[in-house]
Amino acid sequence: MDSKRMPIFEASSSGGDQSRNLNQNHQVDVSNSIDICFDARSEQSLIKFSSNLDHNSSDQSYQTPQFKMNLDPRAMLNNLDFLEQKIHQIRDIVRSTLNNKGRISTQSNEFAVQQQLINTDLTSIIIQLISTAGTLLPSMKNVLANGGSSVGQIPSIPDSASDLGLVGTSQQKLDLVSEGTELSEYEELIKGLGEWDDEGIKSMPADDNDVKDSGDGVSGENLPPGSYEVLQLEKEEILAPHTHFCTICGKGFKRDANLRMHMRGHGDEYKSPSALSKPQKEASSEPVLLKRYSCPFVGCKRNREHKNFLPLKTILCVKNHYKRSHCDKSYICRKCNNKKFSVMADLKTHEKHCGSDKWLCSCGTTFSRKDKLFGHIALFQGHTPALPMDEIKGQGTSDQGHSCEVTTKMEETNDLFSDNAIGVTNVSDFGNAEDDYGFFSMNIDSFNFGGIDGFQ
Amino acid sequence: MAETVGNLCRKMHGGEGFDTLTLDLFSRAPSPAPCSYSKPAKRPRVDGAVTMGKDEDRQNPFDFLSEEILFLILDSLESEPLSKKSFSLVCRSFYTAESCHRRELTPLRSGLLPAALARYPSVEKVDLSLCPTVTDTVLFSVGNCLRSSLRSIDLSRSKGFSHAGIESVVENCANLVEMNLSNATDLSDAAAAAIGRARNLERLWLARCKLVTDMGIGCIAVGCQKLKLLCLKWCLGISDLGVALVAVKCKQLRNLNLSFTLVTGAGLEVVLQLPYLEDLALVGCLCIDDGSLLSLKQECKSLQVLNLSNSQPINHAGLSSLLNITVGLRQLNMAYCCMVTHSLTSSFRKLAKLQSVKLDGCEVTTAGLKTIANACVSLTELSLRKCSGVTDDGLSSIVMKNKGLTNLDITCCGNITDLSLANITSSCTSLITLQMESCTLVSKEGFRLIGQHCHLLEHLDLTDNELDDEGLKALSGCHKLSILKIGICFKISDEGLIHIAKNCPKLRELDLYRSAGIKDAGIRAIAHGCPQLQITNLAYCTWITDASLRALSKCSDLNTLEIRGCPQVSSAGVVAIAVGCPKLTKLDIKKCYYVNDGAMLILARFSRNLHQINLSYCSITNVGLLALASVGCLQNMTILHLKGLTPNGLAAALLACGGLTKVKLNSSFKPLIPRPLLEHVEERGCVFQWIDKPFQVELESSEIWTKQLEEMRA
Repeated sequence: MDSKRMPIFEASSSGGDQSRNLNQNHQVDVSNSIDICFDARSEQSLIKFSSNLDHNSSDQSYQTPQFKMNLDPRAMLNNLDFLEQKIHQIRDIVRSTLNNKGRISTQSNEFAVQQQLINTDLTSIIIQLISTAGTLLPSMKNVLANGGSSVGQIPSIPDSASDLGLVGTSQQKLDLVSEGTELSEYEELIKGLGEWDDEGIKSMPADDNDVKDSGDGVSGENLPPGSYEVLQLEKEEILAPHTHFCTICGKGFKRDANLRMHMRGHGDEYKSPSALSKPQKEASSEPVLLKRYSCPFVGCKRNREHKNFLPLKTILCVKNHYKRSHCDKSYICRKCNNKKFSVMADLKTHEKHCGSDKWLCSCGTTFSRKDKLFGHIALFQGHTPALPMDEIKGQGTSDQGHSCEVTTKMEETNDLFSDNAIGVTNVSDFGNAEDDYGFFSMNIDSFNFGGIDGFQ
Repeated sequence: MAETVGNLCRKMHGGEGFDTLTLDLFSRAPSPAPCSYSKPAKRPRVDGAVTMGKDEDRQNPFDFLSEEILFLILDSLESEPLSKKSFSLVCRSFYTAESCHRRELTPLRSGLLPAALARYPSVEKVDLSLCPTVTDTVLFSVGNCLRSSLRSIDLSRSKGFSHAGIESVVENCANLVEMNLSNATDLSDAAAAAIGRARNLERLWLARCKLVTDMGIGCIAVGCQKLKLLCLKWCLGISDLGVALVAVKCKQLRNLNLSFTLVTGAGLEVVLQLPYLEDLALVGCLCIDDGSLLSLKQECKSLQVLNLSNSQPINHAGLSSLLNITVGLRQLNMAYCCMVTHSLTSSFRKLAKLQSVKLDGCEVTTAGLKTIANACVSLTELSLRKCSGVTDDGLSSIVMKNKGLTNLDITCCGNITDLSLANITSSCTSLITLQMESCTLVSKEGFRLIGQHCHLLEHLDLTDNELDDEGLKALSGCHKLSILKIGICFKISDEGLIHIAKNCPKLRELDLYRSAGIKDAGIRAIAHGCPQLQITNLAYCTWITDASLRALSKCSDLNTLEIRGCPQVSSAGVVAIAVGCPKLTKLDIKKCYYVNDGAMLILARFSRNLHQINLSYCSITNVGLLALASVGCLQNMTILHLKGLTPNGLAAALLACGGLTKVKLNSSFKPLIPRPLLEHVEERGCVFQWIDKPFQVELESSEIWTKQLEEMRA
């Protein structure tokens, strides 16, 4: 099993390197991709460890199918409760070892057993954590779904055949694309490419420090079709809130720098200047192909299957484009209760100027200049200038205000969810906050406890 | 038609009383006392009570007349409002017929409107221009009573309503086609937005609505897309943006008035792209300059009427450029615009359909006029009023080419002589209107030619000309004359006027202002020979006495009489006019020193249609003024230097006269009348003008006046 997996690992990590190399010409913050590669490696080592443990331990009953979970919050909650119980157990065991320290020396055998127990429990907690975190990362979910019940297949290492040797074939495929081979073949290749992209791009940065791209990317770039490589992220990846994860506790971060700050809490080895500093790019020797991105939404002009495909320049462009064009506009301006945005930055930009736009159309659009409003009205049938004192739209705004409340509440719960699902320390808080799910968690608890009791 | 129906009635029911009844129906003058069939609700009952069963089977003969016949009668009475009033008083069926027949309502006071609306359910047009105050409540009732039958509303001279009132009218009256909101200076965009909801509106006047901005006009442009006429005169809040939006949205516009607005060439360019635009007024548009006109390229073929008067910044080049793209032009008004030269008028060549040219107040060159003559051959109207530089040569060349000319205005063209007149009369025989005030070089030969050739002439203005009795005799050849203005003609006398009276029976308006040679005999002849006389001005004809007025009282259509400065006139004359001329609406008896309270009492009793009166210097006291105040229609009063008038009397009169809109008063009264009272009267819609002229008893003689006039001219 290991021997089979190792080449895969090699392949994927080298794939990561490749993506990093390819990126560094265009990506400001390439370091993140490297980070994730490291992540993958460390995960891998952990899993190795756990799988070793698996072989050693006789009873694997607690790693029953409840780990194979989807994004279902209930299942996640169950897992978290399970984790909580586990942590309590370990705490008790450790405490008892402390109390019995004097005796331990005499009863070394018993101590060894306890140590093993602790190790086992910790391992299971870590595995559980990783899998929980994995449900949040869509790419991992796929792997989970494919991976079956074996613990060794949980981690985010791709094992499907399509991922194998992609680095080697990608260039060839692109050549084929540029040469305009048969459509079916082309599509197939693109599909494979896309799957490869999933892994490569998962690790791409979405740093907020990046220059704000007001447009959706390259519109006037005019690259010849074959001169760049087209990558496509999946919807879930685009919408993932965090892209940097702590390898120890699994907590997610938007920025690599924040992760590094966080890592300091995990031990002195992370406090060294080299660990804290921004990872340096590796100088690439070979010339790299330009990277351009495709929107996963079929039919979109930014989708590579579109007749007049216009590629997107960066990951950030992809994210902003996808949110703006294919997502609900859930951010609503609190000043005017009218304008909606799907990208938070857009909302903030708008809120800065909201209220200063005094030229209002009956459709709700506001303009900072009167001539712009009149141009708009001249263009559309049925739109009229709306007078400021008009309160015709009172009903409409109240409705929107309500939906605004709902969405913001949703957001908050979402945040709560993701944070708690990954952060171990907050699990108890989470349980309190979501009383609704208490019933279900109780059930699962009893089920799980049976297994654990049996183990003990 | 009315006559035949009357005969029909007679055939149906031979009986007594019919003659008098038909007389009541069709007599021009309404009887001062209501006829016996008035108060239809009461009278028959009383009869029945007295005669009991005997009259029970005797039905009212008028009930047999079908509504259709009554409507036909009413149709023929359309021009006679007083007769219609009498008609409605005949009996109940006539009353209801009249109520259902009336389509137009012009109330004097808005307070009575709700009751009037209940009586006239099928009114289509409500003209509130005589009501100085119209509140929102009144407009609510208009909207609620008339609903979809209302098609037109006129609020052009009213104040006191807000956007809420307009909104209720617009909401309730879906068929509203015409709306006049001119002079509503306090109406804002909210009102404009309300108007924008009137989807069927076709004609809209918003003159002087200064608070309406582009936003408001934008609402109207989007909402009222059927608009055919839009007047935005003096709407200073509207800029190019609003005008351009109107032009984009209201494609049906035929008639657009942008006078005195801030529209520039950019806005004009969009307006000229309107596909059906026929009439465009750009009076006093000071923001349109030559440069922007030069850039106009696209032809506007539909435009027929263009008014560019008072547009100072425009010069030859811009005008020529504009005229080059408006090839279908029929009427062009360039009054007070720029110098009319050869280079400008040469662009008239493209305007093949041009019929009317007005160059009032422009500096004209002979070459320019000759170019017009060469370019235009189908002119029917030409106005050179107050133009400097008009010569016989220039004018002759035009009139000789345009034989179809019907209206010619050469007022104040002082260089015109008999030579021009000879050419005018020989070539333009179909002349209908000729205005040549102050053409002092024209002699009796010229007038003779007019009388000899212009038989179709209806309107002749010879004020301040060297006209004498011989000239008048010649002019009497124009049998169709209906308006004759021969003021400030010192040489004319009764003799000439008698010729006019004999030969011009259609005369409706006669102006003899300061033609001091006129005496009673002439006026008597006119009153006898011209029974259709409606307007006459005898001011400063100092020989005039009560005898003239007695004669004029036979002209029952007389509605305007000016006898200012006729010191021999007394109360008796004014009484005769009051009794004989029930249609009298305007009366000026300033400086008729012997007119006293007695005349006012009679005037108040008989002249119930009096709108405007000037009583300055008369011997009228509190009593006369208070009596006059009972005339409900009275709107405009000038009461200066009335010796017998006290502040209390004036205050009482002001209070009693509810319909006043304008009062001229001596400023010495201002501190003497209680402030709250003035404010109350002002709130009703009255404007006070405080005059501070010195008391001047002496009437200046015409010699002194002439001398003053000449000094002024020099």
